[in-house]
Amino acid sequence: MRFGVITFPGSNGDHDALMAVEMGLGQPVELVWHTETDLSRFDCLIIPGGFSYGDYLRAGAIARFAPVMESVRAFAEAGGPILGICNGFQILTEAGLLPGALLRNASLSFECAWVFVRVENDRTPWTQTLAPGTLLRLPIAHGEGRYYADTATLAQLEREGRVVFRYVDADGRVAPEANPNGSLNNIAGVCNECGNVVGLMPHPERAYDRLVGGDDGLRVLSAVLRVGVEVASAPRGIGNGYGDR
Amino acid sequence: MQVTPEILAEVALTEDEYRLIVERLGREPNAVELGMFGAMWSEHCGYKNSRPLLKRLPTSGPRVVQGPGENAGAVEIGDGLVAVLKIESHNHPSAVEPFQGAATGVGGIVRDIFTMGARPVAILDSLRFGPLEEPRNRYLFHGVVGGIGWYGNCLGIPTVAGDIFFDPGYSANPLVNAMCVGVARRDALVRARASGPGNLVLLVGADTGRDGIHGATFASVEDPEKSHRGVVQVGNPFLEKLLLEACLEALESGCVVAMQDLGAAGLTSSTAETAARGNVGVEIDVAKVPRREVGMTPYEVMLSESQERMLVIVEPSKLEVVEAIFRRWELHVAVIGRVTDDGMLRVLDNGRPVAEVPVHLLTEAPTYIRDGTEDPEIAALRNRDLATLPDLARSVDDGIGAGEALLALLRSPNIASRRPVYRTYDHTILTNTVLAPGEGDAAVIRIKGTRLGLAVKTDCNPRYCLLDPYLGAQHAVAEAARNVSCVGAEPVAITDCLNFGNPERPEVYYQLSRAIEGMAIACEALEIPIVSGNASLYNETGGRAVLPTPTIGIVGLLHDVRTRVGLAFAGQGAVYLVGPAEATLGASEYLARLHGLTAGIPPSLDLELEQRVQRAVREGIARGIVLAAHDCSEGGLAVALAESCIAGEIGGRFEVGTLVEANGGRIDRALFGEAGSRVLVQVAAESESTLVALLRGYRLPYLRLGETAGDMLIIEDLLRVSLRELAAAWTSGLS
Repeated sequence: MRFGVITFPGSNGDHDALMAVEMGLGQPVELVWHTETDLSRFDCLIIPGGFSYGDYLRAGAIARFAPVMESVRAFAEAGGPILGICNGFQILTEAGLLPGALLRNASLSFECAWVFVRVENDRTPWTQTLAPGTLLRLPIAHGEGRYYADTATLAQLEREGRVVFRYVDADGRVAPEANPNGSLNNIAGVCNECGNVVGLMPHPERAYDRLVGGDDGLRVLSAVLRVGVEVASAPRGIGNGYGDR
Repeated sequence: MQVTPEILAEVALTEDEYRLIVERLGREPNAVELGMFGAMWSEHCGYKNSRPLLKRLPTSGPRVVQGPGENAGAVEIGDGLVAVLKIESHNHPSAVEPFQGAATGVGGIVRDIFTMGARPVAILDSLRFGPLEEPRNRYLFHGVVGGIGWYGNCLGIPTVAGDIFFDPGYSANPLVNAMCVGVARRDALVRARASGPGNLVLLVGADTGRDGIHGATFASVEDPEKSHRGVVQVGNPFLEKLLLEACLEALESGCVVAMQDLGAAGLTSSTAETAARGNVGVEIDVAKVPRREVGMTPYEVMLSESQERMLVIVEPSKLEVVEAIFRRWELHVAVIGRVTDDGMLRVLDNGRPVAEVPVHLLTEAPTYIRDGTEDPEIAALRNRDLATLPDLARSVDDGIGAGEALLALLRSPNIASRRPVYRTYDHTILTNTVLAPGEGDAAVIRIKGTRLGLAVKTDCNPRYCLLDPYLGAQHAVAEAARNVSCVGAEPVAITDCLNFGNPERPEVYYQLSRAIEGMAIACEALEIPIVSGNASLYNETGGRAVLPTPTIGIVGLLHDVRTRVGLAFAGQGAVYLVGPAEATLGASEYLARLHGLTAGIPPSLDLELEQRVQRAVREGIARGIVLAAHDCSEGGLAVALAESCIAGEIGGRFEVGTLVEANGGRIDRALFGEAGSRVLVQVAAESESTLVALLRGYRLPYLRLGETAGDMLIIEDLLRVSLRELAAAWTSGLS
């Protein structure tokens, strides 16, 4: 499967994503410059972390106007698997490809740590091999990762089962202490209606090798391989209340 | 031009220096030239006071590829690669505007590394503040930490290690030393040496503004508080990220002759230094320099310290290729001048000459050798008799016991967990971090595509240096080396940052000269070359200097990164103390915390023993015998045991009878006294005999302290504290 990793000015997780796919998955991957418009050669896309355009104005707010984003939108509409990581998640919410927003951490400071997340939804191309309830240990590194959505949207996301990852403690329980940034409902990642576009704050692309802390991230990145070139199309309204508050 | 004392004061030159300029130039300098001399002859750029002393430092060795004199030093690490390292101070700006001061400190040091053609892989920060009880110090601390994170996180370079120390001596003058380590192919290393008359001089990156004018001069005079915020530069890490990628791409293209970043003294020093190194001249036209403000004079353009700028020298035929690379990264490129063969730095303003000075006059600042004498007050502190202090009580009813003292030390901001700081630094990006902050005595990063690992750390115990700068500087070198040895790495290179007060005062000059001598002796004994460095003098306010702080930044090499060990006790095992049994309360954290005293003679140091201890520890780690290793430094043995227990989430039962005996029967000295050359190691039961044979082979003193188990730290009947209590104290000190 051919991976494309989009590089905006200020992206700094692009190289890690490249390494994770190359060293961790052994799949073909290339960096895509923000001015490119033809994405037809890729089977899936990663929007990496970093500080696109310096995160000036608002994290991800300027990147969404980059020329490549029109093609990303088309890729999403055609059902192509897209994973937005950290700043990539922020860009996808700014671009309206994912619901909600990412606000400044509740601590008001940058947080770098390893956290546990629980897989809530296996109907996305990025989690289809992971049973709901699976625990993953992944690094976070962000200053603006507090997931927020208005009450109606949040209820809809929960109802439709579109929360993909939730911050939990080492025993898999949703607890306030396990929430590193104050995200609503401990949300670490969500997907779009079709499930093919997933965004999350933790960094699976930094967790592909036990030598540097863990390899749980590979389980997310490798899940997409099952898609092959086929378009993922999750049915709508799959919610059954994975939320457990 | 009428030169008044006020004008000379503004450029921080003495009348004698002015006369020297007139004599060497054969005429009076004009205003632009005088400003250029002021910046280049400042201590910050010209090393007027430190240069003669720095000659003493050992700078060569079989691994050294680049010693001092370039933007950064470089040492060979195998597989055709070099590690590139440099540390630099940003003390004065950080004292005035801590966030931007620290941020631009990071930006400057990172530029020094990628200018050499190396990919930056780690940032370290050595910080010194006054006590956090004072609101101003809290503001400085939070500002500095915030600025470092803001800049480094955005750049995408992990901040993995450093050191922090608090003492009232830093209240008016905090220290911010930033270090960066990069990796390059040996054959791709570039030097900042202009050559080839006719080649073009390009200015790349940020536009030039009025920020930071006279920054270099400002960093070379006393009392930062009195100066303006205007001399502090403002950073743009986003722009630096673009500059980093574009410069590495341009260097990789092979189309660049030389590259030099614009730091202190901006265009003046970057043009003068590249020209001097290449033994050529440079002519630039300031009218071609892109500005961010209107109405800037040539003087202002030449002395601006606007950040994120780079000087690039290219052959005319390669201009198009290089321009295209920078344009792709959306960076401005301006051809501002050319290399000449007349050895002059010539500055034009729209074709009209405004300055013309032989390059070597600018780069050859006069040097001063002064007389140093020790401050008798410090000598008196050192000679204070500590034997009269009451020892710790054996039972709780008789006063402060060992358990209480241990908790107090774990809460000390000088010892407590650094997590509140490093959690705000991205330390996992680049996916190389094998030992993250807090996991080992040094951080370890791998080099992808090889088995190699680099261990990095900064160190300096300024209390030792205050009470005995010669011995203290030796300790700084020895402890830095010990820290990388404790993760299994061989120390291969040092970069030093000399932070002192006003060298024109004999008491300060004494500290500076003695510390450099001590560093030299220790580096020679441990066979570690100093490949780069920086001097920051005039760190004082109202005649009160900072504690002498010769910060040591070190890089160690792991031939197989998988062999590294951390400091956390790994399950059950036996714990040994390798090194001398005797410790001292002199200059200790215990004495400062529990008795409010900075006094006594710092621990003695046997460098030959130190070398053997480190070799044995490294061998034990490489052979897989050692499960965990931890240096005993501030807080002594009991604190080191507690730290390894907390990190490993396991308690232990230890005996210290022999130690108490070796320390004159004193519990405080045995548990909390400090000494050099000491390392705690943990081994599995089945490896004990192998370890003992190894230690005997190195003729080392050692003690079997006990075993790890359970969830209590128990030291005979002296101390019995639960892990939970230890961790609570240790994690509360900085939060």
